[in-house]
Amino acid sequence: MPRTLFDKIWDAHVVAEEAGRPAVLYIDLHLVHEVTSPQAFAGLAERGLEVHRPDRTVATMDHSIPTNGLPIADDAARTQLRTLAENCAKHGITLYDAESTNRGIVHVIGPELGYTQPGMTVVCGDSHTSTHGAFGALAFGIGTSEVEHVLASQCLLQRKPKTLEVRFEGALREGVSAKDLVLAMCAELGVGGATGHVIEYTGPAIRALDMEGRMTVCNMSIEAGARAGMIAPDETTFAYLRGRPHAPKGAAWNAAIERWRDLRTDEGAQFDRTVIIDATRIAPMITFGTNPGMGIPVTARVPSPDDAGPGERAALAKALLYMGLTAGEPLLGKKVDVVFIGSCTNARISDMRAAAAVMRGKKVAPGVRVLVVPGSQDVKRAAEAEGLHEVFRDAGAEWREPGCSMCIAMNGDMIEPGQYAVSTSNRNFEGRQGKGGRTFLASPETAAAAAITGKVTDARTLVGGAS
Amino acid sequence: MKKPPFTTLVSRAVVLPADDVDTDQIIPARFLKGTQKTGLGQVLFADWRSRPDFPLLQPSAAGAKILVTGNNFGCGSSREHAPWALVDFGFRAVIARSFADIFKGNATKNGLLPVALPEAACVRLELAIKANPALELTVDLDKERVSLPEGGWISFSIDPFAKHCLASGLDELGYILGFADRIKAYEQR
Ligand code: SF4
Repeated sequence: MPRTLFDKIWDAHVVAEEAGRPAVLYIDLHLVHEVTSPQAFAGLAERGLEVHRPDRTVATMDHSIPTNGLPIADDAARTQLRTLAENCAKHGITLYDAESTNRGIVHVIGPELGYTQPGMTVVCGDSHTSTHGAFGALAFGIGTSEVEHVLASQCLLQRKPKTLEVRFEGALREGVSAKDLVLAMCAELGVGGATGHVIEYTGPAIRALDMEGRMTVCNMSIEAGARAGMIAPDETTFAYLRGRPHAPKGAAWNAAIERWRDLRTDEGAQFDRTVIIDATRIAPMITFGTNPGMGIPVTARVPSPDDAGPGERAALAKALLYMGLTAGEPLLGKKVDVVFIGSCTNARISDMRAAAAVMRGKKVAPGVRVLVVPGSQDVKRAAEAEGLHEVFRDAGAEWREPGCSMCIAMNGDMIEPGQYAVSTSNRNFEGRQGKGGRTFLASPETAAAAAITGKVTDARTLVGGAS
Repeated sequence: MKKPPFTTLVSRAVVLPADDVDTDQIIPARFLKGTQKTGLGQVLFADWRSRPDFPLLQPSAAGAKILVTGNNFGCGSSREHAPWALVDFGFRAVIARSFADIFKGNATKNGLLPVALPEAACVRLELAIKANPALELTVDLDKERVSLPEGGWISFSIDPFAKHCLASGLDELGYILGFADRIKAYEQR
């Protein structure tokens, strides 16, 4: 029977399945960070259990670690980071700690170091684990109880989710990025539209994306409620992985490629649902509301609750109130206070390049605070080798140490109440970037353009913007 | 660890009229810097507490063990701190139009029962609670049903394994570790 990519990976990882019970699913790679793991390690200790496969477990420090360098001033954060270090040392888990030259956001370093590979099951106590699906892996976020399960057994109990194909026909237009594509999808599906499903992204617009763009897309699968998002591996995938520190080498590489080539949805395989989106019609996007599904083209006007369906009217009105926006007003020209370029969605080298291309030789608008935070030490080094940090600094932006930074406002980086930020991160929930803060989600290009003009701007209208 | 089994819950309920309540609202990230699961009830909905009409802090809501809310409850971050905070605050069940996947799984693992009911039933419950905040609802896990204010019941469905775990206090890890030999065999394929 023809199978989907998801089915193939699922079937290959079912260890056991009793009638009426969820499957016991084997996990190939377990990524760990400081925020969602301490209670799991404590649970393990309470039961007197060991970590079953420390060799399949990789840890990093990203969420609560400050991005302004050591030492760490916040007592709670310091304790949390020390707890992770102790737990990793005790159980023999590889940790990319504060001093590591490969440390970074968990969803940046997994792929970058070659840990994430096609056909794997990948989990992490973090909902953006969906990022790793860009390699044709089944990758999803889990809670802390499940972190404990995986530490103890390398397995999880899972009900098989449904499958959703999101096919992007045609090609993206000039000046439109992977971020715009996925924001457009979230707007189309809604913030809960893919609940219960694993998305497979297909179509020419997806094939044309490089790996970093594919990661940006898969990263935000969860913002439509999906359990995971995945893209079948191809030559682009293999070229990215070749030579990465933890990717297979020599004969093992050749064997791996052979296996990986079969990781695609068979002709005639059935998805539970299919949504088709015309990529040629996608414009640079921005969010106006308080969830990632509330997105519009950057040139559009803020929608009116009166035009929304009865189910959405109240939520839309509430969002506009929080955001201090009026129905019908254009977002273009809206004054912004902060620009954040970073996060597991858009802090890879291509994102740094895209932002730098817009900001090169220009100055940040007076009164605007601009934070550029590379996703990892590797990204930071690569950017500095190209002189991108000088571009940002010369413009008047802050160039920081890697971490989650202002995406999550638990590490010292945050926006102030009432401020507006254009952010390349993935969540515009109330207070996500700081209590009372208001977030416009957008691409690195759009964020960089706002940094220069101090206003929401269509980057395509800036010289150098669309190049 | 073995949790107290979930039996029939009889309690007053409090209505939180909102859709897509994300886990950043349930517990903002700045409260995730601890290493414990305990004491999070006091920061449940931390940024909504100062609103004068915030339902959970109204005197009539005191002691309510049931939260009634909109659709897609618990979307966003996978933080299990969300159900920890809800349980620590005193909730044992959430009745919603629908739940986000990760939250639903996290909830049942912490003895918090997610009950998805259709829109019409939720509206009936909400109107009745508004009219009489002292109204007690009965959530009967065994029979998978919730009492209706005007008498009678409305059924809900729950994953049979999640139900079994909640009702017996069985913990999933114990179940998984029962497959230790199969896991070993899988690893040696
Ligand atoms: S960058 Fe933001 S979304 Fe990504 S892992 Fe960190 S906190 Fe989560």
